[in-house]
Amino acid sequence: MIFGIVIALVGMAALAWGFRFAGQAITGNTPRFRDMPFGVAYGYVLGVLLLAWLVWAYIQGRSADPLIANKFFFLRIAVEGFLIFAVAAWLFRLLGRSVGTAWSRKMFRSMPLTASFGILTILIYATFAIFAGLIAPYGQEQILPGVAANIVPGGDPALGGDPAFLFGTDQIGRDILSRLIYGAQNTVGIAFATTVLAFLLGGTFGFLAATLGGWLDQVLSRMVDVLMAIPSLIFALLLMTIASVWAPQLGIPLTVFMVVIIAVIDSTRVYRLARAVGQNIVVMDYIEAAKLRGEGLGYLVFKEILPNATAPLLAEFGLRFCFVFLTIAALSFLGVGIQPPLADWGTMVRDLGGFVNYAQFAPLAATAPLLAAGAIALLTVAVNFVVDWMLHRSSGLKE
Amino acid sequence: MSEEPLLKMRGVKLEGRSDETWNPIINGIDLTLMRGEVLGLIGESGAGKSTMGLAAMGYTRDGVRISDGSVEFDGIDLLKASAAVKRGLLGKRIAYVAQSAAASFNPAHKLMDQHVEGPVQHGVNGRGASEEDGIELYRKLRLPNPDQIGFRYPHQVSGGQLQRCMTAMAMSCRPDLIIFDEPTTALDVTTQIEVLASIRDIVEQFNTAAIYITHDLAVVAQMADRIKVLLKGDEVETADTATMLSAPTQEYTKSLWAVRSFERPLKPAVQTGSVPVVSVQKVDAAYGKVPVLHDVSFDMHAGRTVAVVGESGSGKSTTARCITGLLPPKAGQIMLDGEALPADYRKRSKDQLRQVQMIYQMADTALNPRMSIGQIIARPVQFYLGLTGAEKRKKVDRLLEQIELEPTEYYNRLPSELSGGQKQRIGIARALAAEPKFIICDEVTSALDQLVAEGILRLLARLQDELSLSYMFITHDLATVKAIADEVVVMKDGRVVEQGPKAEMFTPPHHAYTDLLLSSVPEMDPDWLTNLLAERGVDNIGDAAVDKM
Repeated sequence: MIFGIVIALVGMAALAWGFRFAGQAITGNTPRFRDMPFGVAYGYVLGVLLLAWLVWAYIQGRSADPLIANKFFFLRIAVEGFLIFAVAAWLFRLLGRSVGTAWSRKMFRSMPLTASFGILTILIYATFAIFAGLIAPYGQEQILPGVAANIVPGGDPALGGDPAFLFGTDQIGRDILSRLIYGAQNTVGIAFATTVLAFLLGGTFGFLAATLGGWLDQVLSRMVDVLMAIPSLIFALLLMTIASVWAPQLGIPLTVFMVVIIAVIDSTRVYRLARAVGQNIVVMDYIEAAKLRGEGLGYLVFKEILPNATAPLLAEFGLRFCFVFLTIAALSFLGVGIQPPLADWGTMVRDLGGFVNYAQFAPLAATAPLLAAGAIALLTVAVNFVVDWMLHRSSGLKE
Repeated sequence: MSEEPLLKMRGVKLEGRSDETWNPIINGIDLTLMRGEVLGLIGESGAGKSTMGLAAMGYTRDGVRISDGSVEFDGIDLLKASAAVKRGLLGKRIAYVAQSAAASFNPAHKLMDQHVEGPVQHGVNGRGASEEDGIELYRKLRLPNPDQIGFRYPHQVSGGQLQRCMTAMAMSCRPDLIIFDEPTTALDVTTQIEVLASIRDIVEQFNTAAIYITHDLAVVAQMADRIKVLLKGDEVETADTATMLSAPTQEYTKSLWAVRSFERPLKPAVQTGSVPVVSVQKVDAAYGKVPVLHDVSFDMHAGRTVAVVGESGSGKSTTARCITGLLPPKAGQIMLDGEALPADYRKRSKDQLRQVQMIYQMADTALNPRMSIGQIIARPVQFYLGLTGAEKRKKVDRLLEQIELEPTEYYNRLPSELSGGQKQRIGIARALAAEPKFIICDEVTSALDQLVAEGILRLLARLQDELSLSYMFITHDLATVKAIADEVVVMKDGRVVEQGPKAEMFTPPHHAYTDLLLSSVPEMDPDWLTNLLAERGVDNIGDAAVDKM
């Protein structure tokens, strides 16, 4: 085994050397090949080999023999998904480049494919979240009479599916597709509200600390340090446990408590960023000029500092949104987050998690929990792509 | 000359990428440099001087490419050379001295560790031999305490010393060619003169060829054998230094030469007994426990300009901070129209704040990049004068006209869409919008090219005559003082060394420090530095002389 790996590595090294040499000979020693370090040539060879393996594995995944096809089922789905999304993103960018105002067209022209994928995905999620009631074929808590539980996703009767329930049904016979769509509304909507609250809290205090400085800055910063010193998920769990006792006594939904708790915990991170960005801005001469003019605190924060801090704050907003979203999913997975019968992706993963064990021989059955997990992953990736792109734009870096 | 040139650049074209297109920066320039020759490259910012200097090494910054032409160094075509060949040349036979030594040294390593990197990497010398050679170079460059200075970190030595350390580093492999990119622009006159003298010495000693990039004509006159003038990527003319200074052929070159001739007519002496607009009275100030100002007093009268000169750290800007109230003085007071101003700006009334305005050195950081020009100027108009709507707009338009910018064109622009000189004009308009009596100008022209700076000075002079403003003009450039000042205050180590009307200050006898400042200002005469060195000796110029006081 080890011998085989060594042989493969040496063989690749030889291939890389040969590749560079051939390149130099064929192209007449152009700078691209002449100044190519060996590591880069090795990387090219490694990349080509990996690509070849992917193609081979994909062909295996389409094999007629179910035993072989099942082994590569998820890889096949991943490759197909990747290609479909890439084409969709490309088409979306093409659309953006030819339709719209001059400003939006210019923005789409300089947009990388990853960002257009991110924007497209976020738009789709937003549409589902807003129009969930219209799009979803069934209700989120509707236990359909006469419908079997645990129908396998895929809609193929031969494999235990049902064309009427494309994504199958869950363990008590609710339509998974409808629950996914409502989940967008619940999970994403609550995450959005939480992030906005976290930014209002963290941003306001952060800018105040940066502008006023002195003891206010010290008190706020040390309080934030203390909050940040406690592991956030465990802290949130602890508070949620307390809240779950209070909620029925006070008659306030537990979800409200959850939003406030996560917002407060996450606002500490926002505070740190807002304070750091704000401190860089308040030393500028234009702030000094405004102070000497006799401007009040409100004008300084909202008219002079905030507009110059939007780019990093907006980027942080995207990132923070992902974290909040994942925290909610994690809390729901642990059973203290969004409460049933409301559809929530984290809860769905927990409830259907057992099916993952079937992945080896019945991959379609195993997709049931992965659909919700995939919805979380896809949105996280999409938001990060958009955030990366915005950071890139605001920092003025060029490709 | 029959000998082969060291550096031969032919028809070099450079392009920079912005908004997804390649725009020309340099449109085909030839440059030839013999061994041991020093070529001065001058032009305004944006003329392509630095880009050209880097291209001489076969290098471009990110987003810039050499689209055409050839760069031949000692028979080697740098544009076609492989990375390995270039690695052997750069740092060893071609060296580069950057403008800001403070930003170019790695703050985490000692100077000597950075110095020996070149020779050790290139295999010129072992580590021990390189260190000995480094100390020798430090001695030749007249750095204080040459045996020890290499073992300090960059932040532990002064700016001028750091610039000389960088020159020593460039010399460490005894290169055939050094490119100096504005090595003295960020330095005080007294520091600059030392760096100039040592660079010239060492280049002569080792017969090194050099390209000296600068926008300061007087400096280039001291350093270069030949001068090449660039304008917007084109060559204007090339000639020997003496010819170039005495008989420039092109209009543009003549205009560059003529800048320094701007001077305002003298005003009659101030009437005795008239109340000064702003009076600084026996001010002591400190940052925390560190005292900065000692017993500073001077008066500023209506319609006059008081220039406050001194090198960095002399307390000029601190005095300004005391007057604006940002730094309440420990003792003494600031009087406005004969009435004492509250020490802290927060305790001053709106009207008191309005009367004292400020124009900053760096227009880039003085204007909010997210506000349009109209918003920037309109804010004080609304804040102080209470104008709104059409009246406000009319006032802003009038202000823009006063600073010679077309209102309809500039009202909606952002600061990033303006040139450096235009930004500084906006800073002036913002100060004027408050309708003040007194404006502090903190090094307002030091970040600008000479032609642009002259335009700003003329504008300030005209506004003073029209509006009877008084200026406190902080500067370290004595040419500016000559041009605009009515009275001069010389500061050193937080004290006023000498003060009086301009005519008096510029005629001997001076205080020893004033004398040193005046004699350190480079003149257009190519023999100026040589004569000065002959007259005073190397230890009696620049910082060395300041330290002796």
